[in-house]
Amino acid sequence: MTRPVDPERRAAGFIALELHESTHDRLVWGMRQNRDKAVAGVPEWEELREMASRIKEHTLTHLDHYLEQFEKSATKLRTHVHWARDAEEHNAVVYDVLNAHRVKSLIKSKSMLQEECGMTPYLQQRGIEVTESDLGERIQQLSDEPPSHIVVPAIHKLRTDVAALFAEKIGTDPKDSDPHALAEAMRQNARPRFLKADAGMTGANFAVAETGGFVVCTNEGNADIGASVPPLHIASIGIEKLIPRGRDLGIFIRMLSRSALGTPITQYTSHFHGPRRGGELHVVLVDNTRSDRLGSPDFWHALKCIRCGACMNTCPVYRRGGGLSYGATYSGPIGVILDPGFDLSKYRELPFHSSLCGSCTDVCPVKIDISDQIYKWRRVVAAKGLLSFAKRVGMSALGKTLAHPPLYHSAEAVGEWALEHLPRFLLYNPLNPWGKHRELPAVPRQTFRQWYIENRRKP
Amino acid sequence: MSPREAILSAVRKNLPRPAVPLPEVPGSERKGIKHGLGYKEHLTRLPEVPGAPDVNEPLLPYFRRQLEAMGGRSFEVADAAAARAKVAELFPDANVVCSAVSEVPGTRRIQDVRDPHELNDVDVGVVRSPLGVAEAGAVWLTQAELVVNALGVLSQHLVVLLDPAAVVETMHDAYERIDLASSPYGVFLAGPSATGDIEGVIIHGAQGARSLTVLLLAPAARKDPR
Ligand code: SF4
Repeated sequence: MTRPVDPERRAAGFIALELHESTHDRLVWGMRQNRDKAVAGVPEWEELREMASRIKEHTLTHLDHYLEQFEKSATKLRTHVHWARDAEEHNAVVYDVLNAHRVKSLIKSKSMLQEECGMTPYLQQRGIEVTESDLGERIQQLSDEPPSHIVVPAIHKLRTDVAALFAEKIGTDPKDSDPHALAEAMRQNARPRFLKADAGMTGANFAVAETGGFVVCTNEGNADIGASVPPLHIASIGIEKLIPRGRDLGIFIRMLSRSALGTPITQYTSHFHGPRRGGELHVVLVDNTRSDRLGSPDFWHALKCIRCGACMNTCPVYRRGGGLSYGATYSGPIGVILDPGFDLSKYRELPFHSSLCGSCTDVCPVKIDISDQIYKWRRVVAAKGLLSFAKRVGMSALGKTLAHPPLYHSAEAVGEWALEHLPRFLLYNPLNPWGKHRELPAVPRQTFRQWYIENRRKP
Repeated sequence: MSPREAILSAVRKNLPRPAVPLPEVPGSERKGIKHGLGYKEHLTRLPEVPGAPDVNEPLLPYFRRQLEAMGGRSFEVADAAAARAKVAELFPDANVVCSAVSEVPGTRRIQDVRDPHELNDVDVGVVRSPLGVAEAGAVWLTQAELVVNALGVLSQHLVVLLDPAAVVETMHDAYERIDLASSPYGVFLAGPSATGDIEGVIIHGAQGARSLTVLLLAPAARKDPR
């Protein structure tokens, strides 16, 4: 059995770094606030959400049909369509295409699917130089870390961290931590790599069955460089990315960047339909556990995700602990419900790395029942006997108490007394990492039940 | 079994039930929609929406405002000569101006460029967009206009000519008007290349163009009074 990732310990490491937690919290919450403003400017937002959710549900309940339709229309446009059951197959297909073109170096834009497949190390081991072209991804690549956020991969780093990193890796002045200077230095460093690359790789935000093309949304335009400068473009596409028609894009494009950053659209919304003049285009349709998830009545809705990151930006646990604390490809609430599907034993602790406040479900543009799924994953973990010792002890006491009303009511009163009178170390004991860095709220003078009895009995 | 067959049969076996019908989405006819999903219809319904445009504001100022919010800028120019003068005024130090339009010839014709790598030294790229989208502050560009797609991303600065009459309201309207499969590449460009990857500080000119300037000018043929 795989050793589980311990998100509480990892988050504690992040919180212990000076300034990081507060800056991260401020930046990520700022994205959530920008999202709210952008959404307020679209009065039909709730209708868009409903349509987006239904389009995705329709596609997923007819996925075989749309996959075949996509393949047919893409092939007609002279796009080479490949299929891969899992990460290994995906990487092998990509390598074969690169190898056939004698590719020595490639530039890639952000693709969570390629992260999921561990593609970069696979290709590097086979002698191919891989350069991330998105600034945040490049920062993470140079740090030898995975992205901590699906939209802004290096958001957990301070400008001084980036200055130190660039000084070491690309020879900038370590004392100059002005973000403008740092971004410019990377632009200058990256450009020659873009020009010498033999191939460009991208992911896809949407694949359109009707038209046989796909859409990539970026703010930097880096996907467009990868697709338009080197002669070969390969895109990795998860099978859940399909939508039926070109005009469905209107709904999703209107929602994606508003949910992510609060802008009406990403700076570049790029559509690829067949190879560019003088170029060659390949797409790899990847399953990698998606068809299994499709068969799970509790969890298939997670396949509707458009990777906007809104659920992360709003999550109190993500904001404080940072994305790397999840120790997985996907972090935040969406990570909590995706990661256990890849490796339940390894990610068994993640469903507990949540306060179940439900804010993620409220902001999700495609109406995924994220918080309900987090709760259901807890039940799966418990049913498989994978609960940690501390949780088993706590939960069995809790279970007995909740199952026994008189005991619960006296526990309530005792709890109230305890909150006021017990020394802090009993509440903040090592079995309860959730107590760290957190103070309990002031105790109300009455329990809810006491209030209810008093007020309801009054005529 | 091939990976293709294996995936398709796994998907078929696991299709969630019941099947969900495909909803109608808004288009220019707005068929089957209770009310149009355009900002004007809604604003007449909802008197006070923070951040939303003024219901009586015509499309063009709305487009220009949104473009500016995305980091772009726009100018009205009277004719081709004024467009040339504007480019010269905005980019006095430009050595290489690579153009895909007849109004502003520049120093290099994109039609003469064979390989995208030849665009590495371009200071200013000039191209015409057939469509602008007001709500997004975006212009639509395809391989038909760019000729060499990399012109849009390798140029240090990008100038886009746009017919002010070719601006539509929402992304729904835009998708109704374009034929996606007809061009290998099509991009909605909203402002210049941007990043917020270092502490969320917005920086223009991340990897693609450092600036985006839209010159509002109808194509020569359209200016014909007939
Ligand atoms: S689960 Fe919803 S809110 Fe979270 S990234 Fe996916 S689409 Fe966005």
